[in-house]
Order: sequence, then structure tokens, then C-alpha cells
Amino acid sequence: MMFATLLLTAAPAQAQEEDTASTIRGTLETIDNESRVPIGGVTITVSLDGVEVGTAVSGPDGDWEVQIPAAGSYDVELDVTTLPEGVSPTDPDRMALPDVAVRDGQNKSVRFNLGSGISSGISDLDRFLDLVVLGLKLGAIIALAAVGLSIVFGVTGLVNFAHGEFVTFGAVLAFFFHTADSGPGWGLIAAAIPAVLLTALFAGTQELTLWRPLRRRRTGSIAMLVISIGLSFAVRNVILIVLGGEPESYEDFVIQEPTSILGIDVVPKNLVIIGASVVILGGVGLFLRYTQAGIAVRAVADNKDLAESSGIDVNRVIMVAWLMGGVLAGLSGVFLGVSEKVEWNMGFRILLLIFAAVVLGGLGTAFGAMLGGFVIGLSVEVSTFWITTELKNGVALAILVAMLLWRPQGLLGTRERIG
Amino acid sequence: MTADLQSVEPQPGVAKPDPVLVVNALTRSFGGLAAVNVEHLEFQRKTITSLIGPNGAGKTTFFNLLTGFDDADSGDWHLNGSGLAGVPAFRVARQGMVRTFQLTKSLSRLTVLENVMLASPDHSGERALRAVFGGWGAKERAVEAQALTQLERFGMAHMVDEFAGSLSGGQRKLLEMARALMVDPEVVMLDEPMAGVNPALTQAILEHIKSLRDEGRTVIFVEHDMDVIQEISDWIVVLAEGRVIAEGTPDDIATNEKVIEAYLGAEFGRAAE
Amino acid sequence: MDWANIFTDATVAAVGPVAAAYALSAIGLNLQFGYAGLLNFGHVAFMMAGAYGLAITVDAGGSFWLGLVVGVAAAMALGMLMGGPTLRLRADYLAIVTISAAEILRLLVRSSWAEPATNSVFGIQQFADPFFDLNPFDPTRRYAIGDFAFQGRVLWVMVVGWALVGAAVLLLHRLIRSPWGRMVRAVREDEDATAAVGKNTFFLKLQTLMIGGALAGIAGMILAVEKQSVSPDAFQPRLTFFLYVIVILGGAGTVWGPVFGAIVFQFLLFFFDGFMQSAEAEGWFGNAIDATDAQQFKLVLVGIGLMTLMILRPQGFFGRRDEQLIGDTT
Repeated sequence: MMFATLLLTAAPAQAQEEDTASTIRGTLETIDNESRVPIGGVTITVSLDGVEVGTAVSGPDGDWEVQIPAAGSYDVELDVTTLPEGVSPTDPDRMALPDVAVRDGQNKSVRFNLGSGISSGISDLDRFLDLVVLGLKLGAIIALAAVGLSIVFGVTGLVNFAHGEFVTFGAVLAFFFHTADSGPGWGLIAAAIPAVLLTALFAGTQELTLWRPLRRRRTGSIAMLVISIGLSFAVRNVILIVLGGEPESYEDFVIQEPTSILGIDVVPKNLVIIGASVVILGGVGLFLRYTQAGIAVRAVADNKDLAESSGIDVNRVIMVAWLMGGVLAGLSGVFLGVSEKVEWNMGFRILLLIFAAVVLGGLGTAFGAMLGGFVIGLSVEVSTFWITTELKNGVALAILVAMLLWRPQGLLGTRERIG
Repeated sequence: MTADLQSVEPQPGVAKPDPVLVVNALTRSFGGLAAVNVEHLEFQRKTITSLIGPNGAGKTTFFNLLTGFDDADSGDWHLNGSGLAGVPAFRVARQGMVRTFQLTKSLSRLTVLENVMLASPDHSGERALRAVFGGWGAKERAVEAQALTQLERFGMAHMVDEFAGSLSGGQRKLLEMARALMVDPEVVMLDEPMAGVNPALTQAILEHIKSLRDEGRTVIFVEHDMDVIQEISDWIVVLAEGRVIAEGTPDDIATNEKVIEAYLGAEFGRAAE
Repeated sequence: MDWANIFTDATVAAVGPVAAAYALSAIGLNLQFGYAGLLNFGHVAFMMAGAYGLAITVDAGGSFWLGLVVGVAAAMALGMLMGGPTLRLRADYLAIVTISAAEILRLLVRSSWAEPATNSVFGIQQFADPFFDLNPFDPTRRYAIGDFAFQGRVLWVMVVGWALVGAAVLLLHRLIRSPWGRMVRAVREDEDATAAVGKNTFFLKLQTLMIGGALAGIAGMILAVEKQSVSPDAFQPRLTFFLYVIVILGGAGTVWGPVFGAIVFQFLLFFFDGFMQSAEAEGWFGNAIDATDAQQFKLVLVGIGLMTLMILRPQGFFGRRDEQLIGDTT
């Protein structure tokens, strides 16, 4: 309750000052995900009847302010060409605000809503292709995380709501080994290796100390689900304590110049992420199809009792599934960290997308998760061609619900028998 | 009636003089394997028909399809002329066709009495607004009296306040039957009513099943015990691999080659002697 | 370490308007989860629907009282919307969809696209004056019993809040004891068996979703009225999570469980928080943990607490071991 008083938002600023100096001001930040990232270096122009009255450039904290001589009705415009790479208006039609009324002595607040996305000012086709590339990248990140979730469900029947935390874990560990002051300061690629392996270790430990004993006790699946949600909450907040609430960033590969490939401008890291993910997922596919361990995994996912009676050590297979899930999710986290920022709840934020992917492809199948991941990634990013970026995750939800209505077992899943 | 069945040809899909339930072209496959594929089947009113066949023949799936617990791939079926394809399970029950489950579903944390009272149809207390504001007391008392009568009939009146979860296997079967009867169904479908019941109770259950028919209901039940089937059935339908391979009176079936083949003979030949 | 102060603060929090709101919302969740077995993990969305229904109505020029009606209606409509596609599916699917839907709704309310109606991140303020006009207490006075003091303004919200909780308990009691309640309990035991005797189980589950949702909507309105403010960030997923802890702690599927759970939960949360902050201020942790971290610790504890509850005592306080829904089954 004490926090409530702190949270009480005062009505938009109006300190009625005695002097008649008036200003138009604001803070530029991207607001389409949880963290509000301030945007500096952007030019705002204030005019009156077509005549320029003043300009300002937003500072590193996103703040800008233009002094105006008298009360009146002004036009305020943001120069979109000064927006940095990766930031664009959520609604391009609202970058020029006419008739902003200012009283004497008022510090009028004006808001321009920005989101992360492609800056406009390039051709529609180019923008569409850019979105496709972004979609494939997001799809790759989701697919990597989704495979683990799907396989673990397949072999244990548990929908692990704490799976997103593996993603965060991988990203945060890579941050530690790479960027953190208290860490060894390795390059990102070198840092990714222990990050991914430790994530797998985390996953394996979770299975060994928590899920296996619970399965032995024959704990109901609803109880396990609730426990996984509790775990998710606890882990997220531990990471919050350790990492802090501010988003962090890697050093390597974060800012890159786009290069031109087949006429599209792509940032190299996106291609690397897509390429590496495809290769790795392909490897997972081969593993599941052609190796003894992989076939055992599929057998257990298909029919645990049958697999057990044909001599397969189910607990070992389950452990393999968890370790694999941990590796893939950890890697997904590193890729996500390179793409965006490293934050305590980054895994939880894409959990919705991962669920949508898994349901779309079919809970319990790895190939379904891969397919679902790419479809969701593409749908979400490409949808911003038509809808505002703030709502793009809603597309994933819409697909999720639609699948459950039409074909709950997913594209590649099989219908369940009753009784 | 039973007597009418004597003149019916023992052929799969044969028409019955007074069918209460008619099934057409019913199919259901699981991942490419046909679980049920019944071209035509009719059930005579007010008789006891047993549904037999080797394990995996599709008997329970057949029940599930008819009562709305599973979706058919194709086909239609009619209860007294009313189509039931696509009708949800609860509505099928309301229309008068009720089923029990192979793995008895007693509502464990409800008492025996509550289990039976639950099934009473058209209870005003079951509407949420009425439930809050009252006015359902009289109906509830009437339902309770009805439930007690049912339970007495099944010899369970002395355990009305026990939790259903504490009952023995056989008692649960009886409870499920008592519960089903509260709905006053025209057709009662029993899925293995003898399974897991100790032999002492089997005779009692048999008598109950006969009394269901005698009071004018149609009984269809799945069973494996050949003695029971011989003793009580007016008609037998044999399923194998999802298809009806034979129909007829117990005598017809006992000597049917196809049936003997399907079962590898031993048990049936014995029962017929 | 001022134990007395920590204790007093925790007690004040445990009986305050927020606790009442949590209790009311938990009663709604308890109907859905504890009695009907529905894994609704988007419960906070119902609270948000109620709060925003009220605030937007008043903001658009409607009366406060109309706003109350709209808020409840919005929460019930949300129940229909969420339930429609998902109630025929397995429990885990319902959890996935509800958790996602609640997040999407929050992001929607937060978006600049919805700004004309919701005022996006800034929210809506000052819509509950008619409520406070009815306050019989003097809003500026502090009313005290011993060490426990409440401002007149807050006291009014508390009185109304807990009265609503009492009404909800009564409502639930009547529902559960009725034939309707018998059906709901039966669905929780075995939905197929219940359908097999002619009960429309889908509609029944939808009803619990809507009734539970309505209660949560009213709870959301209590929170909104108390602060005279709604904003999307006041309805985070963690709130649903807290409510689950409350329901399970008190005993899922019991009438008094949610009330007990809310009071105890608030008490423990604030007690622990008070303790951590004092300890940090007194340097117990040296440099390892700073003030912000100390605040987050209680959240970790809540997460671990839920896990421990589910593993060791899933029936909570009032529940009976042999009756609990969510423990050892296959």
C-alpha cells in the first residue's frame, strides 16, 4: 500500500508558475515493450502558422523542450528522418501534431509514440522484405525455444511455464561472461558457450531435483503446472535482483551497418541468427530421426508405456529432453539478447509467442515447434505492415486461439483418443 | 419385444420390427486405422442386446460415438427418428439415451446420495439465479425422495451418506446404474457392467439389467463373459475390427463360423454346449 | 529493528482495502479454480476489465453508478470471450490462453492505439468522487484503535470493501450448497460422467468463469476507487499469481479459504518486506543487497512459497487432504 502513493500518477504537469514563460516539452521513448527506452538525438520543431518558432533535439534521457514566447495554438512536429535505426513511429500519421494549445506559464507536455521497428521512408516492398527477414529471425528465436518446451511436454506431460526463464538465463549468463564488469569480458561467441551449457545444467538440475521426484510421487499434472508457474515467478525475480531492473546490452554485434543482399538491406547478425538456427534445428531434426537417442525420445513422446516395455530407460530419455531443451533455449536467449536487450523478464515476454508456436505446431512434436516458431515469428513481424507495432503480439494470440478452435492438436499433432 | 426377434434373420445389418435406435454408415478412424465401420445396425425396442467382440474391436468407441463422447468421421444415427449425429453428449442423455463407463466414473467426493440426486433432470435449483435466491427447496426434497427410492432398489439405501470414492468396485457399478436411471432413459448403454465386480454381485446386477428391460427400457451392453451373455441377451451383435460380423439370437451366434473364428473359438464352443 | 512497527504495518495492510480487494478477487478465482477446476491464469484481466469499465464510463461522461454496472458487465463479457473458445479444451490449454489473453489485454490498454479510450500508459484518474461523497467518516481524520490507525478516506473504502467480501462469501455459500453447486462439484470430479447424465457442462463452466470474473471485476473497482486511478501497469501478471497463492494458501474449494488467504498473505508479504527493508537499512547484508533488492526478495519468497505449498500442503489451511483437487492424482 505504501507503493500506491508512489504510483499515484499526478495529472499531466501543470505547475502554475508566476512568470509567463511557456514551453512545449516531452520525453521520447519507445513504449512497445515493457521497458521504456529513451531516444535521443531526434529533432522536434514547433511552428506557428507555418513560421518556425523553435526547435529542440532530444537528449540522451529522451527529454526535449522548446521555449515559446506566448500563449497560443502551435504545431509540433517530429522529424522522422532524425529517428535512429530501429526506431519508428507507432502511428506515422501522428508525428505532426497541429493545434497544440498552450496557456501562459504552462509547460505543455506533448507525446510522440515511438516503437522499435523499421523506419518509414523506404519503399513498401523493401519494408515488407525487411519485415520478412525480421520475421524469420524472430521465428528462429522462437523455434529454438519452442522445441525444448514441446519435447519436454511430449516425454513428461508437463507444460513448463518456467521455460521462458531458460531463455533469460542463457542471455543473462552470456551477458555476464561477455559484457558485465564483474565478468571475464570474453567475446560474445566465446561467452555463449558457457552460457548455453550452464543453461542446460540448470535444466537438468531442475529435472533431477524437482520434476523427477514429483513424478515419482505421482503428482497431478495440474499441480505440476501450478508449481512451474511458481518456479517461473521465483526465478524471474531472482534474476531481477541479480541483474537489476534496467535492460542491459551486449557489446559485440549489437550495432551493425546493414549490408545489401539481393537488393534488401539486412543487418548481418539477423542473417547469422537465422542461418545458425536453421542449421541447429536441422541438426536436432537429424538427431531425432536418425540417432538411437533421438528415436528413443520420439518413442517416449509417442507412447511412454510402450517405450518403457521395449527396454528404453525413460528417465534417461527425459533427461536428454531437458538438457536439449536447455541448450536450445539458452541459445535462443543469446540470440534474443543480441537482437534486443537483456532483461530480467525477456523470456517471460516471449513465452506467449512460444506457446502460440507450440500449439500451432502441435504440443509434443519437435518439428511442429519448429514450424510453429517460424510461422508465428513471420506473422507477428509482417503484421506490423498493417497494424501498429504495439499490438503485434496480439497476432500470436489470435493464431493461438484460432488453432485451438479449429485444430487443437496443432498442425502436426494427432487427435487424442477418448477412453 | 423379445418375441419379435425370433423371426428376424441373423444377418449383419438386418432390419428389426420395431427399432428404437438405427445406425447408418458410421465410421471413425484413428491415425489411419478404422476403429469403427458399421454400415447398418438396428436395435430392437425393449430388448437386451449385447455387443461382443475381441479386444480392440471398437465396442467402446462405438458407444462413445453414439452418445456424443466422440466425433464420428461420417454417418448418422437416429433415436426414435431423431438424428443424433453432432449432438453433444449432454443432449443425447437428455433425449433419453444414457451410458455408463467402462472405468466406472463415480464422483468420488460426492456422497452416494448426491451422486444420484445430481442426475435428476429439470431441477430448478440448478439454475444459478434460483440457486442464490432460493425457491428450490421443495423440488430438492422431491428429488431426494426419488433418489432414495432408486438407491433402495439397488440395495444401497444404507450407504447414502458415504463418499462414492469409498465404495467397492461392484457397488460403484450399481451406483452408476442408479444414477443413470434417474434420468429415466429410454435406452441404457452399459459398458462392461460386470468388469471388476466380485461374482457374488454379478447375479444381482444381472437381475437389475433384466428388470430394466421388463420396465420397458432398451438395454445395450458390452460384455466379455460368455455365460452372462448367453443367459441374458435377447439379441447379440458381434463386432470385430470395427465391423459388424454377425447378429442374431444367442443360439444363432453360438454356431456362427465367423464369430468362432474371430474369437478363436474355445470359449464360445464351450458355452454353447 | 523496530518489530512493533513492522508488525503494525503488516497488520494494517492485512485488513486494508487492498486486502479486501484481493479477498474478493480470490473468492472469484476460487469458484473458477477451486470448485470448477478451471485453470484461469488470466484472472487479473477480469480485475482490469472492471476497473477500466468504471473509469472509462466516468471519463466519457457517465455517472459513477453506471460505471459500476459497466465494469461488472465488462468483466462478465470478458469471461464469455475467454471461455468460449477454450472451455472445451484441456486444463493446460486454458492456462496458456488465459495467461496470454491477460497480457495482450494489458498491452492493448497500454497502447497508443487505445489511447483515446484508455489514455494508454497514463491511465485515468479522479473518477470516484461520488463514492467518496458518501463517506460517513471524516476523510481528514485518522481513526485509531491502539497503534492501528486508518485515515477516514481509506476507512470508508475498507468498510465497503469488506462488506462486499462478506456478501460474496454469502453468495458463494448459497451457490455451493445448491443443486447448481452440486453440478459444479460434479464437473470437477468428472466432466464426462456429469455430461452423461444430461448436464450442460460447457455452460456450467462458462457460468463459473463469468460469476468469478464479475467478482474479480468488482475487486478491481475497489482497487481503482481507493487510488482514484487506473493504469495498465497496476494489473500485471504478478497479481494473478498472488491470487493463486492466496486461494491455495487458504484452501482451494473452501468457502473461507480466500478470505483467510488474503489476510495472511498480505500480512506475511508486508511483514517480510518490512523486515527486509529494516535489515538492509541496518546493514545486515552489507553491500550484497541494496534497498531495491530487498524489496524484490519478497517476490522470490512468494514464488518459492507457492511451490512449497503445492508440494507439501496443497489443500491449504481449510482444505482437507482427502478432498483436495490438486495433489496426488494420476
